Amino acid sequence: MKQPFPFSAIVGQEEMKLSMILTAIDPSIGGVLVFGDRGTGKSTAVRALAALLPQITRVEGCPVNSEKSEDVPDWAKLDTKTTSLGPTPVVDLPLGVTEDRVTGALDIEKALSQGEKAFQSGLLAKANRGYLYIDEVNLLEDHIVDLLLDVAQSGENVVEREGLSIRHPARFVLVGSGNPEEGELRPQLLDRFGLSVEVASPTTVEERVEVIKRRDAFETDYEAFMVRWKAEDVLVRGQIETARTGIKTLKTTDAALTDIAQLCLKLGADGLRGELTLLKAARAFAAYREDTAIGRDHIRAVAPMALRHRLRRDPLDDAGSGTRVTRVVEDVLS
Amino acid sequence: MWDRATLALTLLAIDPSGLGGVVVRARCGPVRDAFVEGFAMMPQPILKLHPTMDDDALFGGIDLTETLTRGKVVLRNGIFERDGTAVLAMGERCETTLAARLAMALDRGDLQSLIALDEGADPDERLPVSLRERLAFYVDLNMPSSTVGLLPDEDAIMDARVQLSSVKLQDDTYQIIVGLCAQFGVHSQRAPLFMLRTARTHAALESRDLIDPQDIEVAAALCLAHRATRMPEPPQTEDEECAKPDPSTDGDTGEDMEIGQLDDRILEAVMAVLPDGLLDQFKPKGSISKGSGAGAKNRSNRRGRPKPSRPGRLSGRNRLDLIATLRTAAPWQRLRGAKKGRVKVLPSDFRIKQYEEKSDRLLIFAVDASGSAAMSRLAEAKGAIELLLADAYSRRDHVSLISFRGDAAEVLLPPTRSLVQTKKRLAALPGGGGTPLAAGLVEALSMAQQARSQGMSPCIVLLTDGRTNVALDGTANRAQAASDAQQIARHIRASGAEIITLDLGNRPAQFLADLTAEMDGLYMPLPRADSRKMSGAVSAALED
Repeated sequence: MKQPFPFSAIVGQEEMKLSMILTAIDPSIGGVLVFGDRGTGKSTAVRALAALLPQITRVEGCPVNSEKSEDVPDWAKLDTKTTSLGPTPVVDLPLGVTEDRVTGALDIEKALSQGEKAFQSGLLAKANRGYLYIDEVNLLEDHIVDLLLDVAQSGENVVEREGLSIRHPARFVLVGSGNPEEGELRPQLLDRFGLSVEVASPTTVEERVEVIKRRDAFETDYEAFMVRWKAEDVLVRGQIETARTGIKTLKTTDAALTDIAQLCLKLGADGLRGELTLLKAARAFAAYREDTAIGRDHIRAVAPMALRHRLRRDPLDDAGSGTRVTRVVEDVLS
Repeated sequence: MWDRATLALTLLAIDPSGLGGVVVRARCGPVRDAFVEGFAMMPQPILKLHPTMDDDALFGGIDLTETLTRGKVVLRNGIFERDGTAVLAMGERCETTLAARLAMALDRGDLQSLIALDEGADPDERLPVSLRERLAFYVDLNMPSSTVGLLPDEDAIMDARVQLSSVKLQDDTYQIIVGLCAQFGVHSQRAPLFMLRTARTHAALESRDLIDPQDIEVAAALCLAHRATRMPEPPQTEDEECAKPDPSTDGDTGEDMEIGQLDDRILEAVMAVLPDGLLDQFKPKGSISKGSGAGAKNRSNRRGRPKPSRPGRLSGRNRLDLIATLRTAAPWQRLRGAKKGRVKVLPSDFRIKQYEEKSDRLLIFAVDASGSAAMSRLAEAKGAIELLLADAYSRRDHVSLISFRGDAAEVLLPPTRSLVQTKKRLAALPGGGGTPLAAGLVEALSMAQQARSQGMSPCIVLLTDGRTNVALDGTANRAQAASDAQQIARHIRASGAEIITLDLGNRPAQFLADLTAEMDGLYMPLPRADSRKMSGAVSAALED
């Protein structure tokens, strides 16, 4: 089967690409929210992720992608536990999905046909240690959203229903995309996404031409195109891996912490999650750049995506909160 | 028209996976039937889809009926596991959930191409936008049956398919396509890609190995007409150099893109096929899809008050009522020859859980307590609200009260069901000061949004004389106040909240009527009437 369009071949959309790379470096940053019009490359970027991300070691056939054989849950009933390298899971959560599909439920078929009480794992299990992608997240039903919030927060999925009592790890990076014109996202959910980026169609002829040129090459000259861009993807993957080790020894200076706190204070971002995310994102960015300590440049670069969705909304401000953040960043970090 | 439709089908048959598919807008009838015959030209077998398809049918899974009757696991293939061209009947009834799944399948290549039959009658009744976006073509077959012509030629399709990979582009093809998209205000990146592929396929059909303007013309007509969001500016002939003195640098979606050596002919070709009523779409959008979970009454299979279980098939979307199923199966056990300790359940025993979710309504009263209103009819308004409250009580609606006067709005009563409290607050409602209409609307809007997120259906009842004279920032500026109010009105419209305006003025105010129209609401002037009449009017409006 054809592989998806390579991540590095996406023209422009630097902020979106950076946000995804940062979460790959440090998944604890939390999810990414991508808001923008249709046809701006949102889904393309997410679908390209699987090929970009470093592979993970996991037990073959394990429903929750466990790393070590002792982590495999009992209910999986695995006999042979061999580990192998596999791609990072990127799981789609479609609209209108039922709670059963998300959390997992009693395997009705097995129960009825074989009289067995078995657990059928859901999408959350499948997404463990990987990414969970929700297209049109703003149209998702509220009760599913609540459920996701809860699991994303605790990193554990608890199923207590139909005589089952099962808990399994569910640590994943939530990636949501949507078109703001079709519906707003509840502020509670907005806040849970670590980073938020806005994407728009490229504004210059050159960029747009480049977009269709590459896409055209992808479709008509697949082999050569993949060879060319696979190499770029490998490069990015190497950077992510380097950054993952580099981040452990990265220094966080008091000056940087003060800057971050001041920034959030000035913006009036609700809660402390803003500070934490900004810190983590800046750290990941510094590691990505292979620097040894967090500097103002790093904070400046990631502040808009870490903070723009945490501001109080102003119904009259059509300019978007991104510009507000940038303005304050210039103020504080000048 | 017919020719264009068959051309679209021909091109799709040549390159099904590249073009994604086509939306066929037509009522059931001889024209459509004739067109449907042409689907046989598609390279792959036709897979029929209908809007209520469940996940098992799409993705495959265990065939429960077979499994139970045969006593061993029988799997069945989902639509996405089979190769073929999907034909979605009654596309206008397709829910966003199915659309999301189909879009996902198209993106991933599980589904090569999709032909969506859209039988919608109203302009608003159509295929979900997420699908329309991913299908290259749109053809409208609402035309007399006398126009029906030939179907695509199968041999030509075969030849073109071979030819397709050798079609080359001209140097400026990319520029022209991108420029055209910009001219028609099409910002999606999918459009130019579809155009490029269409042009290429058309060239192959005409046995050319170089794309020429005619191919682009066809591509523009087929791909751009239904995506256009604005008309291109009329071609400037003489004063070309002074036409654009300030290339606006506000980064506004690149509307000022230059078009290479764009043939006016191509522009005209697209204009000629722009569907009727397209210009209506250029106006601010009408009521945006009101989202899920916000309707007045939702038939839900997840939450809400349980209703009796009913027989049904298991699909991914509903839940089995285990007890009821066993109860149904129980009397038949001996007849079915069940062994001791085992229960034989047949598919006909299945009982499905059902819930009814009825969202509560929240009436938000936004009352103008300014001097001008107080002078005339504040007392009357109070009386009307009291009468409405009694009504609300009998319907178990929630109520909340917002008043605006002086330079700000104030929530007098957050959403509640307590009548006593509401009456108390209402009686104590003071009057006097300016009319900050915009501030009142902002407060009502935020309350409506909050209510909606809690699953209630908000309805704003605005009582004012419309003589707004305080702007949002609290300054007394009549013009600014009016424009602020209009801006908020647009937000209210977008939020989808219902609104009813009662004009308290001595004379009906045109401004208020316009404002209400902006909010897509109901405007009622009430020149000197008693409160009973007023409440009657609101009740009647709420009933329907």
